Amino acid sequence: MAQLTFREAVAAALDQEMARDETVVLLGEDVGSGGVFKTTAGLKERFGPDRVWDTPISEQAIAGAAMGAATAGLRPVAEIMFSDFYATCWDQVANEIAKACYMTGGQLRMPLVIRGTNGGGLGFGAQHSQSVENWAMCVPGIKIVSPSTPDDMWGLLAAAIRDPEPVLVFEHKALFGTKAERPAGDHHLVPLGEAALRRRGDDVTLIGLARTVGMCEQAATALAEDGIAADVIDLRCLVPLDAATVLASARRTGRVVIVEENPGQLGWGAAVAAILAEEAFHDLRAPVVRVSGGNVPLPVATAMEAAVMPSAEKVAAAARGLTEGRIPAATPA
Amino acid sequence: MPRATCVTTFGEVDAPVATPPRAEQTAPDLRDLYERMLRIRQFEAKVDVLYRQGRVRGPAHLGLGQEAIAVGVAAALRSGDFSLGTYRGHAHALARGASEEAVLRELLGRVGGICGGKGGSMHITSVEHGYYGSYAIVGGHIPTAVGMAWASRIRRDGGVTACFFGDGTTNIGAFHEAVNLAAVWSLPVVFVCENNLYMEYTPIGDVIPVERPAADRASAYGLAPLVVDGNDVAAVREMALAAVDRARRGDGPSLVEAVTYRLGGHSVADGGAYRHPDEVAAARTRDPLVRLATEMAQSGEMGVDESDALVTRVKGEMDALAARVLEEPTPDAAGAWTGMWSDGSAAWRN
Ligand SMILES: Cc1ncc(C[n+]2csc(CCOP(=O)(O)OP(=O)(O)O)c2C)c(N)n1
Ligand SMILES: [Mg+2]
Repeated sequence: MAQLTFREAVAAALDQEMARDETVVLLGEDVGSGGVFKTTAGLKERFGPDRVWDTPISEQAIAGAAMGAATAGLRPVAEIMFSDFYATCWDQVANEIAKACYMTGGQLRMPLVIRGTNGGGLGFGAQHSQSVENWAMCVPGIKIVSPSTPDDMWGLLAAAIRDPEPVLVFEHKALFGTKAERPAGDHHLVPLGEAALRRRGDDVTLIGLARTVGMCEQAATALAEDGIAADVIDLRCLVPLDAATVLASARRTGRVVIVEENPGQLGWGAAVAAILAEEAFHDLRAPVVRVSGGNVPLPVATAMEAAVMPSAEKVAAAARGLTEGRIPAATPA
Repeated sequence: MPRATCVTTFGEVDAPVATPPRAEQTAPDLRDLYERMLRIRQFEAKVDVLYRQGRVRGPAHLGLGQEAIAVGVAAALRSGDFSLGTYRGHAHALARGASEEAVLRELLGRVGGICGGKGGSMHITSVEHGYYGSYAIVGGHIPTAVGMAWASRIRRDGGVTACFFGDGTTNIGAFHEAVNLAAVWSLPVVFVCENNLYMEYTPIGDVIPVERPAADRASAYGLAPLVVDGNDVAAVREMALAAVDRARRGDGPSLVEAVTYRLGGHSVADGGAYRHPDEVAAARTRDPLVRLATEMAQSGEMGVDESDALVTRVKGEMDALAARVLEEPTPDAAGAWTGMWSDGSAAWRN
């Protein structure tokens, strides 16, 4: 069976959508030469300079130009090399793009995608390793996608490009090298807003996004050896959030561990936990627990970085604690 | 080289002005330009009164005294061209043809407001007329304007984008990133800096290390230093026609500095006490409407009686419009939960 890497899946989605719709255009730093993560490799050669535009180091101009092009009827896909750099163009994302449709009474439409590499674990340090999907989740008006598999990377990015709303796609940089079976056919689409149940078990629900889904799956394997069966839910999108899938699983298992890489002090897991508290309280058999990124800037040395990141071991320990009736201290202070 | 005399906080400046290659120009219809400016002036004068009566929701930033820029540039655009402005944007929307009634409904919080009650004064938008919005984060819209021009360039549809902003805005990063990108990609965009000599309460001279906020920065982006008297509607139109023509021909962006003066405060809530009364009085003598009316009276194009009658008529129309809109219903709360997404919905989860 043919294999596909997560990295190749990005290019496959872009290639598919650019071939299908000539209004899809790319812009970003070094995208023409394939980008520093080689996720846009070959696209300029195939589609030419009118479709793939190398920009100056100007994140505000990149995000703003995407907004303008979308306003004028194109479907731009902008790249922010590292999602940490969103901080330099947050005005464009949070104040302009997210609000344009609403505050003009629907006169402006923003069919655009901004892709950014996200997440840590590679020793890139505090300014190139953050998981910042929680920044976006504070802002109504943008959709948030973060795939965990090559298959989803392809299908969700394609769906994001076709979506009529602004979508931020967070590509976890530790996943680029991961491989899976290439989806059959050469057209692939995964709808936004549908979580995937990666594994089925009635004792505990493990909820992950992007790289933490793999941690949940590993933890589930370890838990199975102890006779604990886990549901593993891959949220895939934070907005729209498939709360129905989360609630259905929590009502069945009564125990939930939420695994997020962004800092726990205000991560997306807090929003999911609040939904569970408000809407599934009577079905819960234990408190909802979060395994989150540490509430410190990300350090570099291997042991230190590992200490502040979620891991399969931490997830398994949290889940075991819940099934044993203990409330584990999962999140580092 | 042509010169423009502009009165600035530094006194009278007689500046050499680079002019872009001339476009084919027809003589301006001065009466028409005058009437357009007058409608905007009377509209905003009415808004000022309504604000003082406590009837306008939120702040309003008026462009009293700056009408010649909105009208002069709009006169150089075609339908299908794009324009974008700031929170001081009533004039820019109206100059492209937005409905006075729909704008006023938005300001007064009535059903049928141009943004459905979700924008207010600072976000007036009329896509139908090519006016793609008013933006209230200083400089935030300049990259957007560049993106719209980029779309025109990709489609090769001959469209031009005009983007308005203030003198103070030339100090924010988004301005520099956007002008640079437009120049590097040679995009069909006309940047219009309305230099009204103040950023809020601070004289612009206090916060720029050069004399001219836009023109003196132009060379950093390979652009010509264009300065025009922003209180002379015919001169603004002429400059804009040349810049628009250059953009349409594919020769890239222009950065125009139009020197003007804000006759009122920064917003309706500001009395402008930081400005010397003599300075304001001197500026009033250069009011673009007074100037054009005087000019037309001298040339015989429009007599004083006629222009007085016109003022009376338009003022009456604005009074009547306001009286009518004030009688109209206000939107109910349910609308707040709609329209975040383009299908009209607003849910973030199932
Ligand atoms: C990023 C940002 N900083 C500050 C403000 C507050 N503010 C609103 S208008 C203004 C002055 C802008 O001056 P200028 O660009 O000259 O435009 P003018 O108001 O004179 O038309 C300021 C500081 C803002 N809206 N956005
Ligand atoms: Mg100003």
